[in-house]
Amino acid sequence: MQEAIAVSDTVRFTVNGEPRCWQGEPMARLLDVLRYELGLTGTKEGCGEGECGACTVLLDGEPVCACLVPMLQCEGRAVQTIEGLGGADRLEPVQRAFVEAGGVQCGACTPGLVLTAWALLQREPRPDRARMREALAGNLCRCTGYERILRALEHTIAARQGGGAPAAGTGEATP
Amino acid sequence: MASTAAPPGAVGKSPPRPDGPAKVTGATRYVDDLALPGMWHGATVRCPYPAARLLRLDPAPALAADPEVVVLTARDLPGPNVIQLIADDWPVLAAERVNHACEPVALVAAPTRARALAAAARVVVEAEELPAVLTLDEALRGDPRAGGQQPLVLAACTVERGDVEAGLAGADLIIEGSYETGHQEHIYIETHGAIGIWHGEEAGLEVIGSLQCPYYVHKALVRLFGLPPERVRVRQAPTGGGFGGKEDFPNVICAHAALLSRRCGRPVKIVYDRHEDIIATTKRHPSRVRHRTGVRRDGTLVAQDIEVLLDGGAYVTLSPVVLSRAVLHAGGPYRCPNVRIRGRVLATNTPPNGAFRGFGAPQTQFAAERHMDRIARALGLDPLAIRERNAYRPGDVTPTGQRLDASTNALECLRAAAERTRFRERWRAIERERARGRPDDGQPWQGIGLALVWHGSGFTGDGERRLGARAGVRLLPGGRLEVLAASTDFGQGTSAVFCQLVADAAGVPLEQVQVHEPDTAAVPDSGPTVASRTVMIVGGVLQRAAAQLRARLLAFAAERAGLKAERLRLVGGQVLDPQDRVVASFAELADAYLAAGGEASWIAQHQPPPEIRFDEKTYQGTAYPAYGWCCDVVEVRVDPDTLAVRPERVTIAADVGRAIHPVLCAGQLEGGTLQALAWGYLEEIKLERGRYLNDRLQTYIIPTVLDTPDMETILIENPTPASPSGAKGVGELPMDCGAPAIVAAIENATGIAVHALPASPERLLEARRAGQVVQPQHAGA
Amino acid sequence: MSRAFRPRSLQEAVALLGDPELGAVPVAGCTDLMVLDHAMRRSHRAVVDLLGLAELRGIRWAEGGGSAGGPVVEIGAASTFSAIRADPLVRMHLPILAEAAATIGAWQIQNRATIGGNLANASPAADSAPVLLALDAELVLVGPAGERVVPYRSFHLGYRKTLLAPGELIARIRVPVPVPGTRQRFHKVGTRQAQAISKVVLAMCCRREPDGLLRGVRFGVGSVAPVPRRLRGAEQACEGRPAGAATAERAAAAAAAEVHPIDDVRSTAAYRREVLARLVRRMVLELAADAG
Ligand SMILES: Cc1cc2nc3c(=O)[nH]c(=O)nc-3n(C[C@@H](O)[C@@H](O)[C@H](O)COP(=O)(O)OP(=O)(O)OC[C@H]3O[C@@H](n4cnc5c(N)ncnc54)[C@H](O)[C@@H]3O)c2cc1C
Ligand code: FES
Ligand code: FES
Repeated sequence: MQEAIAVSDTVRFTVNGEPRCWQGEPMARLLDVLRYELGLTGTKEGCGEGECGACTVLLDGEPVCACLVPMLQCEGRAVQTIEGLGGADRLEPVQRAFVEAGGVQCGACTPGLVLTAWALLQREPRPDRARMREALAGNLCRCTGYERILRALEHTIAARQGGGAPAAGTGEATP
Repeated sequence: MASTAAPPGAVGKSPPRPDGPAKVTGATRYVDDLALPGMWHGATVRCPYPAARLLRLDPAPALAADPEVVVLTARDLPGPNVIQLIADDWPVLAAERVNHACEPVALVAAPTRARALAAAARVVVEAEELPAVLTLDEALRGDPRAGGQQPLVLAACTVERGDVEAGLAGADLIIEGSYETGHQEHIYIETHGAIGIWHGEEAGLEVIGSLQCPYYVHKALVRLFGLPPERVRVRQAPTGGGFGGKEDFPNVICAHAALLSRRCGRPVKIVYDRHEDIIATTKRHPSRVRHRTGVRRDGTLVAQDIEVLLDGGAYVTLSPVVLSRAVLHAGGPYRCPNVRIRGRVLATNTPPNGAFRGFGAPQTQFAAERHMDRIARALGLDPLAIRERNAYRPGDVTPTGQRLDASTNALECLRAAAERTRFRERWRAIERERARGRPDDGQPWQGIGLALVWHGSGFTGDGERRLGARAGVRLLPGGRLEVLAASTDFGQGTSAVFCQLVADAAGVPLEQVQVHEPDTAAVPDSGPTVASRTVMIVGGVLQRAAAQLRARLLAFAAERAGLKAERLRLVGGQVLDPQDRVVASFAELADAYLAAGGEASWIAQHQPPPEIRFDEKTYQGTAYPAYGWCCDVVEVRVDPDTLAVRPERVTIAADVGRAIHPVLCAGQLEGGTLQALAWGYLEEIKLERGRYLNDRLQTYIIPTVLDTPDMETILIENPTPASPSGAKGVGELPMDCGAPAIVAAIENATGIAVHALPASPERLLEARRAGQVVQPQHAGA
Repeated sequence: MSRAFRPRSLQEAVALLGDPELGAVPVAGCTDLMVLDHAMRRSHRAVVDLLGLAELRGIRWAEGGGSAGGPVVEIGAASTFSAIRADPLVRMHLPILAEAAATIGAWQIQNRATIGGNLANASPAADSAPVLLALDAELVLVGPAGERVVPYRSFHLGYRKTLLAPGELIARIRVPVPVPGTRQRFHKVGTRQAQAISKVVLAMCCRREPDGLLRGVRFGVGSVAPVPRRLRGAEQACEGRPAGAATAERAAAAAAAEVHPIDDVRSTAAYRREVLARLVRRMVLELAADAG
């Protein structure tokens, strides 16, 4: 019986939409596989214990800490990393707002924060500050004091609603 | 006629930062994101005792388990066992004596990080534990390293003006107080990391690191490896936060990576995980500051007698400079005719403390600001009144005898923040409410508090003169300009600001300017990126270099057109004649100039005005070329049952001289303010036998966005004559202000007077039980 | 290399975990397990993934599901705190459980952390524990020896020791549906507002009878003892008494007297004891207040 359900050392999953077939230690951290095996270094490690959110990726669309996800549990699942969002030439509105509103300083927290913020704005069109704070609380930033990060989200929402391009200059609609 | 309306300059606007898109897309490559061919990984073997004699280091078990690994100890060093900084007491690897917990004693390299860590764990460290000095009190009682009867003093200095004893004797009232602060860890989100690349004796050494000061590391490596300077190359990788933490310590980790690389003959990377980063790297110096202040009844200061003690940890690091800044700011932004400030840094057997945003000034200004509130209460004045009375005005003289210039904006900052928040009215209303007694019904208590600080921009004293910072601009084909400076951007936005300053000074559009990677092989030594000096000093040097370039190109254009150079102007990337006709575009001009063999780089050097002098023996003279001023008003809510504090709103009024890039400027102020607030009420390191107990992010608590107040920043611009752009330093200023302001707000809310940081709920409870409660002030002052 | 198993049924999982040769550990959201793996640089011989087990999923209403015979809300042990805080049954009937779930870690953690893992991990600071004590939940345990139902209050034996037998799993948590009018209260005092481990965490559940007296009072508390525990003294101080200042003070004093918290890296014994008493007092006073 055991053999029938033993997981082979192969994990099939997708990363940013691309099917991947990975082999190795089942308890390997998704974070290490992304960074050191797939070369997707946009996902950062700030603590290795779920506290900082620098390693945030979307697992079937939900933000999780990649430092606390074993490869074993990636079978059949969709992983989205920061590299799967807009590239430098086609930034998502929220990415552009981060740059323009001053939500980026050293950038070490940024990929994780951008993904969490993007996931929030995908779910809720108009979160208020309290709701933003709750959603972003798993992403530590030591540089900005967060104020400009909150403003980046507010700018994104305003741009989306107003259609025009207000302060943050983000005129596009989210797909 | 071409459209010749002069495009307004870049300075004063907030264009998107050039490194932004790469950062929001995850494309930026930090040290740990770099993989070089054949690269191995390093790990560090540490001795657990705070003080010990090393008896034996045995790599055999590590080698037996994994024969491929390389182990290296102090015996294998190519040069002196010294981390080059100020004193020569900090070893690269402890050889005989261990002076603090987790001190490195050996290094290991292996093909993978996991194997390196496993091997490091197998190296046997045999040591005999020795008596250790773990706190300032123990240090005062005597340090075995200093013979046992007296403290081991790592640095000392004194500032004196007037006659303190006479001043105190003539005062209406003498008020005393003692204030303490603890360790603070930087928690840059990117931990320390470095890659050493040994290219061989001939080609030399290259290091890529997460660091603030490439030339510090360069100097340290030149000495350790005994190589000529040109055979050592230090490059800064994009750096995920520094806050001072990557000023001194990179000298250590870069040396370690370089040593391993030389030994292995291949690139070796060392990246600390968070736990190792916390236990191994420098922290903010804990402090104890005593004040004895003479005042007149009306609140006027007549004498300040201040004693500053800092806990330096095991080695000197940058402590003398930290102490100097601590002492020079210890009186706060207040005029006083008779001042004596004595400072000492004592050694303990704890990990060495070093640079941290503010560099000693946050510690002493926490004390100064709390003491001002204590004086105000003793006199029945409100916090605003006491500060209005004493704050520096232009023309006032500081304890070093420096006459303050017209950009002395303490009062403006104070009033702007106070008016914006209706401070006086609200502070008094809450005091009255406390006097009346509040229902004990679990409803939160509101509180409001303020603090006022100053912060000197640039190196202390004659530091800039000794350094003679050099930086420049290179002309590239197509009229592009490249900034050449060793100043690093670890988040602050230095690159963006340099581009703005150079674009305007050269007369080209912002998009034409880029910044060269800080690389000691390619850029001149513009000095370390510390001390709030970068925009003011290095920015000024760059403006001069860019102006030279502009003049040279205009002369060249004039020659070509047969005109006089003075008649041409370079605006927005176009060369214009007196009739505003376009003579040439800057791009074609540059290409022609380069084709004609003109030199491509302009390097300028900082020259402080000769009248700016500081005497390091007497501590008299111009301590800093300019001062930034800042007032924070913090509003808090305190749960009466749990004493949990929530900062709800912070108003920051700061005089930055000139905001080159207002968004980045506000970002510096807000980020620094949050670090300061958190140091004030949240962040704490407890020690046990010289080891930090809060050694992970689960236990070292920094604020999440849910803990963070809304922030409003009021930029006050009063240009300093000390820099061509008028900008003062902004990086450190906010770090001085947040902690005393939040503690004052907590005092207003609860009546509990806290004199030691952090004002955690536990400490509030303790203080209340100890009777440290102030009487509400309800009489109109 | 660890061996990994993804069982197709709870039976299979239990069989695997019961095999001493294999030495397997169960893994759910991994938010405790992998933190420890990382800190201790440890690895496992074999792991059994619980996240795929249908038997551990879902939150549903079960009539007569509890030992007492009344209706219960039955929560699969592998339910995440995100699922719990969003669940309509939980929100309607067990609001303090939804509230506690919302304070655990932050979004990323709630998306992975399971309630079964929170209990099995047996931290004295687990935030769901005081709530389940106050609500007097039962656990359905499934092991090599079969299924058994135990009151949650008897689950913790000592610091990080539970009555789970080797190979035994928490399958479901049954929470009796409180009768209408039951008051529920939750208060967490953490190291900060999110991503915070509790210094003190308190939950309360009770009824206020028409005669104005308090009945069925249960307090559950975390972080003040080696295990999450009930405050029997404080409960007795309230039971059958009117809500009000006198009862509140008595309950607070009883609570302070019956716990023996410690100093640690997060807080102090003195603070924990004092704050627990204040919170007990506040909760009882609030009962009086919202009775109007
Ligand atoms: C950053 C961070 C913040 C956190 N904040 C909080 C907080 O605020 N409050 C709080 O209470 N907790 C907090 N936690 C811990 C919390 O996430 C865990 O306790 C979580 O609920 C454990 O569930 P899991 O599914 O992740 O368990 P796992 O980590 O998968 O397992 C934990 C342990 O339980 C065992 N186990 C798991 N499921 C079962 C089962 N069904 N039956 C038997 N044994 C089982 C495992 O073998 C393991 O020993 C935090 C954790 C992190 C990383
Ligand atoms: S690295 Fe995963 S949360 Fe910090
Ligand atoms: S920008 Fe540096 S940590 Fe957020």
